[in-house]
Amino acid sequence: MSDVEKAITRAHHEEWVRVIAALTRRFGDLDIAEEAAAEAFATAVERWPADGVPPNPGAWLTTTANRKAIDRIRRENKRDDKHKEAQMVYDDDPPEPPGAIDDERLRLIFTCCHPALAMETRVALTLRMVGGLTVPEIARAFLAAESAIRQRITRAKAKIKAARIPYRVPAAEDLPARVTSVLAVLYLTFNEGYLATGPDTDPVRHDLTAEAIRLTRLIRALLPQDGEVAGLLALMLLTEARRTARVSASGELVAFNEQDRGAWDAALIAEGHRLVRERLAAAAAGVAPGRYQILAAINAVHTSARDVRDTDWSQVLALYDQLVRLDPSPIIALNRAIAVAELDGPQVALAIVDRLAEALAGYHAYHATRADLLRRLGQSQQSRAAYDRAIELAGNTGETAYLTRRRDQLQ
Amino acid sequence: MQYLVSVIDDKSNPGSTDRRPAISAFNERLIAEGYWVFAGGLASPGTATVIDNRGEQAVFSDGPFVESKEYLAGVWVWEAPDLDVALKLAAEASKVCDRKVEVRPFQ
Repeated sequence: MSDVEKAITRAHHEEWVRVIAALTRRFGDLDIAEEAAAEAFATAVERWPADGVPPNPGAWLTTTANRKAIDRIRRENKRDDKHKEAQMVYDDDPPEPPGAIDDERLRLIFTCCHPALAMETRVALTLRMVGGLTVPEIARAFLAAESAIRQRITRAKAKIKAARIPYRVPAAEDLPARVTSVLAVLYLTFNEGYLATGPDTDPVRHDLTAEAIRLTRLIRALLPQDGEVAGLLALMLLTEARRTARVSASGELVAFNEQDRGAWDAALIAEGHRLVRERLAAAAAGVAPGRYQILAAINAVHTSARDVRDTDWSQVLALYDQLVRLDPSPIIALNRAIAVAELDGPQVALAIVDRLAEALAGYHAYHATRADLLRRLGQSQQSRAAYDRAIELAGNTGETAYLTRRRDQLQ
Repeated sequence: MQYLVSVIDDKSNPGSTDRRPAISAFNERLIAEGYWVFAGGLASPGTATVIDNRGEQAVFSDGPFVESKEYLAGVWVWEAPDLDVALKLAAEASKVCDRKVEVRPFQ
């Protein structure tokens, strides 16, 4: 990748959401913001190689996008004067005092995660607008067709505009209800960053995980007493702490039990553990933990062990049992089976995993888990077939490399 | 911004029939707070007549334009600054009339 290409990629990661947020605030229209931002980045791709990278790429992009947006509004106003009214800024909140949550991103995310939009739409819209993912990347993350994602985003933008979904952080009394939706979206965003999809994509997209953590911290500042917000933040921190140990020098994903624990980020782990302890105290006082808190607790058990043999698997399994009662989804059952394998052996775990065949046939981790259990049981031929299927379905470059090596090591 | 709020009833699971006083009180509040534009309850779908005068002469047919288990039982029109305000009122409206409601913006 040339220096200019690198600069454009970096600008996209760092500036996309800022450009979108600034334009949405100014023009009150997500569609105009998205189109103008995309055009500005396309112009950068065209111009920067010849003109050089501007000294302040963010300012250049915002200015260019603003100009594109104004051009479009002028074009449309000529066609139809009624558009003028629709394109007026409708955020008439007084400017917030410094120190208040004045982050434009937060407004943007609450709009994208509005409960009047379908859950799948919220995630797609947030990944596009806040995460800056392209439609093909979102389609891969969802195992959905690009046309379906594009249509979903287009419809959402039209609804936000026509029904006047506001561009602002909800009032305090509405926050707890609204935040559940935001957390689900942030968790999916984090996961897409932690196991990025796309043949030309880095295995871990730190920009997405960092953005998800940043936004979760903002939400926590907004709702410090909310257990699930704390739980999700802890879960992200304890996962992010292992990021550098998770990819080898050759870009291959390193399995959890093979990671160099010395390379884990001690500060992030300490912060994550602190949050988990805070929630354990609340649970002891009778506040039932939600799924993020339980997942965070599972990760706290893992990150407390000096090495994998040291792991308190019965504690992990007990937490998974608690989680299954809360969320009986097949993916949770699959992860629970991994703990079962450590306690009761791969044969017992395989029986559990095989029962999930129908629900998870299209999910790469189902086949990867099966492949590993079959390998441990010495059933090489079946293991190989399962690895083949997992490799076919895996969208992450590092994971594909890891699975391929494991398959080729089979006797 | 104006929103049409449709009250949806369900033939197989109708809402309670004693809601009139509560609805009146709610309407008073909508008026006092400046949201109220219009409201009206509808007679049953069976009382509807469909008129089609796109051809040479008007054709009248008995009954609603679409037969369904769920039907429109009444409407409000509200003036609200944005969808959040409309949704909050709609949540109250659903409780007050013991029926589902749909919020849809005017163009």
